[in-house]
Amino acid sequence: MIISIASGKGGTGKTLVATSLALSMKDADRVQLLDCDVEEPNDHVFLKPAITGSEAVSIAVPKVDEDRCTYCGKCAEVCAYNAIAVLGNHVLIFPQLCHGCGACSYLCPEEAISEESREMGIAEWGQSDGVSFVQGKLTVGEAMAPPIIRRVKEYANNDGTVIIDVPPGTSCPVVEAIKGSDFCILVTEPTPFGLNDLALAVETVRELHIPCGVVLNRTGIGDSKVEEYCQKEDIPILLTIPLDTEIARLYSQGIPLVEGLPQWKNSFLELFNRVKEIVDERNRDTQR
Amino acid sequence: MKEIVILSGKGGTGKTSIVGSFAALAKRKVLADCDVDAADLHLLLSPSLKQESEFWSGQVACIDEDKCTQCGLCQDLCRFGAIKDFRVDPVSCEGCGFCSHICPVEAITMRENMSGYWFISDTRYGSLVHARLGIAQENSGKLVALVRQHAKQIAEEQSLDYIISDGPPGIGCPVISSLSGASLALLVTEPTLSGIHDLERVLGVCRHFDIPALVCINKYDLNEDNVRRIESYCSTQDVGVASKIPFDNVVTEALVRGVPVVEYTDGRVSQEISTLWQKVSQ
Repeated sequence: MIISIASGKGGTGKTLVATSLALSMKDADRVQLLDCDVEEPNDHVFLKPAITGSEAVSIAVPKVDEDRCTYCGKCAEVCAYNAIAVLGNHVLIFPQLCHGCGACSYLCPEEAISEESREMGIAEWGQSDGVSFVQGKLTVGEAMAPPIIRRVKEYANNDGTVIIDVPPGTSCPVVEAIKGSDFCILVTEPTPFGLNDLALAVETVRELHIPCGVVLNRTGIGDSKVEEYCQKEDIPILLTIPLDTEIARLYSQGIPLVEGLPQWKNSFLELFNRVKEIVDERNRDTQR
Repeated sequence: MKEIVILSGKGGTGKTSIVGSFAALAKRKVLADCDVDAADLHLLLSPSLKQESEFWSGQVACIDEDKCTQCGLCQDLCRFGAIKDFRVDPVSCEGCGFCSHICPVEAITMRENMSGYWFISDTRYGSLVHARLGIAQENSGKLVALVRQHAKQIAEEQSLDYIISDGPPGIGCPVISSLSGASLALLVTEPTLSGIHDLERVLGVCRHFDIPALVCINKYDLNEDNVRRIESYCSTQDVGVASKIPFDNVVTEALVRGVPVVEYTDGRVSQEISTLWQKVSQ
């Protein structure tokens, strides 16, 4: 089962939920945590995994053999991203704009275009106290997160439980990260910002036909509009976590909630069980 | 004219609350919400919509089932796994058009994609340019560029002194698009290990694009050991710490009422943000 932890708004507690959920379940099940927030991966701050391997993540960008090139301009014509231009007897390549689709090399009538790999980040893996861990890291200055997210997800071990920490927002990196999940936990806070961005996140998971539930973090501040919204939209609130200076202090020190305050472990196990019930029920419904 | 973009790397450090207060404090400015994925600044500024425009960007492949012979060439060649069972998954399609060029029976066409909206609104603080990227859409960087371009146009037409941009979290495409060519990046961080880690990466992006940066530590009283770490890191990087703002529930209370915190209270948080604006606007 794949459970992704997303939010729309940043800073609502995705990392707290992802790390505590993984650590709570490690005795009951084979659990793997994939940090797909490749722009700002933070799960490692809490899990402190021993990294045992890594690989570069690259995309294939074009390389032109000028001896063969007739400057016909076909490559520039087919490139949807303006990553290749032909000006007189020069071919200019803008690797930062290239998505690596391969159209130019395939369609070059002179077979003058080969591909070389351009590194955009890394994927690395290791173990932390019974949790198998994989994370991606976008190289600083690079723009495209999705190829790295795709690679991290290739390491998913589908026999056990996979928890995916998703980047904030609603656009392509989020979609890439949550695609294929059995369930999406949306973490939010009881404020107008939290509500606005939760509604966007709900639209995103519904677009992908993924069932979802909410973890409401920092309760005790703000207002009750998130709860009203969840009731109206028939979205279960699976867990609430109060605004608490001790929880905030543990977070600031990079200590997982369930390690600093072990009484929380049961709450996270219940969270997992509720998610599992919803997923199992849905699977039975689709089989019928 | 000075263009100031507020970034953080990590989400939820307080960017939008600070920008909302800058809106109330700054004279002669235009506001831009560059967090087009999850825009929130409008919730503090009670905008009245003046202009709404569609954002058309990119394309999606479309297979004509009557023409398709199910040869499978498109599925084999698509590197984004966007064609399965001779159907296009629009969410996975990156709009490269490769399939449309190689289909032997010309069954695939590329359709223009409406990816969102952008808006110009009036607020009691001046004009606000903002946007809403469509759900699960791509090209957020292009929409950010469009928002900035229109904010700049307004600033030039009205000879304004500042463009104040609320940036997105992260370090990728929309952040780079918000940042390139700006006069100053204000990096809002918090004294948590995650906040520090993310600050280092977003400062790296500022360096990469040669944009001057200043740091603000929000909720500084949460962990003063980490504040010292941030200060010593910033001093090794030769980046100024412009302000330390305490944690206070008044920020959330102001947000619930839909007003910038500097208009809600004149306590310490508001004083710190005022001092911060003075430093940033110099």
